[in-house]
Amino acid sequence: MKEIAIWWIGASGVAVDLLEVVQRRVAGEFGLPVGAHLSAERPEGSLDPRRRQHSSTKILHWLAEHRPAGADRVLAITDADLFIPILTFVFGEAHLKGRAAVVSTARLAGDGLMLPDPARFRARVVTECVHELGHTFGLLHCQSTRCAMARSPGLREVDAKNETLCPACRERYLELATENGENDEQEKHPHSGRR
Amino acid sequence: MSKKNTHILVVDDEEIVRESLSGWLEKDGYTLASAPDGPSALKELEAGTWSIILCDLKMPGMDGLEVLDRARKLHPEIAVVIMTAFATVDTAVNAMKLGAFDYLVKPFDPEELSLMIQKIVSQQSLVRENTILRKALRRDYRFRDLVSKSPAMQAVFDLARTAARSPSTILVLGESGTGKELMARAIHAESPRHERPFVEVSCAALTETLLESELFGYEKGAFTGAAARREGKFEAANEGTLFLDEIGDISPKLQMDLLRVLEERKVTRVGGTELVPVDVRIIAATNRDLKKAVQEERFRQDLYYRLNVITITLPPLRDRREDIPILVDHFLETLGVEMKRDAEGVSAEAMALLLAHDWPGNVRELRNVLERGIVVAKEPILQVSDLGLSLSSGPHAPAPAHPASLAEIEKQYIASVLQQTDGNVTHAARILDIDRVTLYSKIRKYGLRKVEGEAAGES
Repeated sequence: MKEIAIWWIGASGVAVDLLEVVQRRVAGEFGLPVGAHLSAERPEGSLDPRRRQHSSTKILHWLAEHRPAGADRVLAITDADLFIPILTFVFGEAHLKGRAAVVSTARLAGDGLMLPDPARFRARVVTECVHELGHTFGLLHCQSTRCAMARSPGLREVDAKNETLCPACRERYLELATENGENDEQEKHPHSGRR
Repeated sequence: MSKKNTHILVVDDEEIVRESLSGWLEKDGYTLASAPDGPSALKELEAGTWSIILCDLKMPGMDGLEVLDRARKLHPEIAVVIMTAFATVDTAVNAMKLGAFDYLVKPFDPEELSLMIQKIVSQQSLVRENTILRKALRRDYRFRDLVSKSPAMQAVFDLARTAARSPSTILVLGESGTGKELMARAIHAESPRHERPFVEVSCAALTETLLESELFGYEKGAFTGAAARREGKFEAANEGTLFLDEIGDISPKLQMDLLRVLEERKVTRVGGTELVPVDVRIIAATNRDLKKAVQEERFRQDLYYRLNVITITLPPLRDRREDIPILVDHFLETLGVEMKRDAEGVSAEAMALLLAHDWPGNVRELRNVLERGIVVAKEPILQVSDLGLSLSSGPHAPAPAHPASLAEIEKQYIASVLQQTDGNVTHAARILDIDRVTLYSKIRKYGLRKVEGEAAGES
């Protein structure tokens, strides 16, 4: 059975409640077993001292190399603020049709001026985790603003989304999952699906 | 257009930038490619179809502004976004002047990039939709090369389509420049004779004897210089269509000869006796009032009745001003292609001027004004100053700088009127209040060249 590993790679202590919610919702959404990976190991060399942010691309490379044994995919969650070189920040990144995804909680709590609503914060984290994992299965951004796969350049767009895939993306996910299941060669080459 | 069909080219010398930007946009479903420098970007541009280029400003060798300039020349419809890590007002201004869609400072805010791409895609989609709609509209408003949406012209098109299918002689009436020749060609193209020749004769351009041998041909030795037998236009047009332009200008003798041919369907070459049978569909045209000419006994009544089987009257442009915008679109598109210039439209002020003008030279004059506009315009949108039109235009002969003979003044004045009418002899003759044959003979006498293309435009 193909398993998704959830790995807390943040600097602060593990937010057990949050990970449990993500684990449950992700398992329900993708119909796959989801396990928590409790290693204390953390990505190296991802911090850009000038930007004081972590490179999500470097984290993805590190995750792909350190994927837990037995896990088909790895979803890392961090409290570090993430960036890609061309953008000021990203909520997360994933290898399209790949094995690794990362989501940051740093900006999902809000702008820091108001105390975050815990339920809304959890919903945002779950939505972005479903979104980034969806990319690893080959899903692209969805035109429906309510779908978890909609592009979310800001919190407003994240809040507009549901934590789940829309019917069209769900159907596409099932097609892609069937295609991937038929091609077990990918299992032997963990990097073959990366862009 | 689907997102997959929106092709985006990322040009940046930093691999990490190319990768991260391509990866980010790829997840929206766009088709991405990247190039590390200007020359490879231009190769990609020449090889494929691109909607958007995201191009770094500072690159070794060829910078982003040069890529922008060359990309816009290759594909004017492409949206180029210049990216830079160091924003200066000067470079931003330069980029926008060269036609950049936008200017972004690295790193971008995700929302900013997302909105900008959406804006470009929806704008390009609107432009495409608009082009398709305009083409569809124009198809409905066309009769071959004639374009009109006015009810009067639509009725003319319907009559012409019906007339084209019959073998009857057609008389096309209308002021100079209304499209009489194009109408004749369209009728021929729509007729069962369309695969046979369409032969045109401008009756006003030739003297009586020349026109006679031009129309009927001549036998060897018929006159000095007739070294061999030559077939005339009637024989050349056999099984096809003969277009006799400016029929109102032919001499009484030729009127009689022409009447005989129309009645007998046989021609006799000049200097010959043999009757050569011809199967020709005649389309005659004139800007003169033939009925009046008949009343004044300048035109044979029997010939008039022979020619006037089906009459198609083309209204002047001033009576169908609603056609001006659609004709402007049509001419900008065709002239833009012919002249290899980017002519997208006219400004609102220029259109107001075009709509207000009286157009004595009709559609041909409009075409000439737009052609001039395309030549002098610095931007794809033509401005009032590009058109060279004034609301109070009229002929003004320049005063000679030194005492001159009457002939010299006449020559100068005719030259200046011809210049004002863009070489349109009919229009010039009307201004000078002399007939076309007289004007042609004066043009020959003074060695004034007729402006080329006069016969090629709408007659």
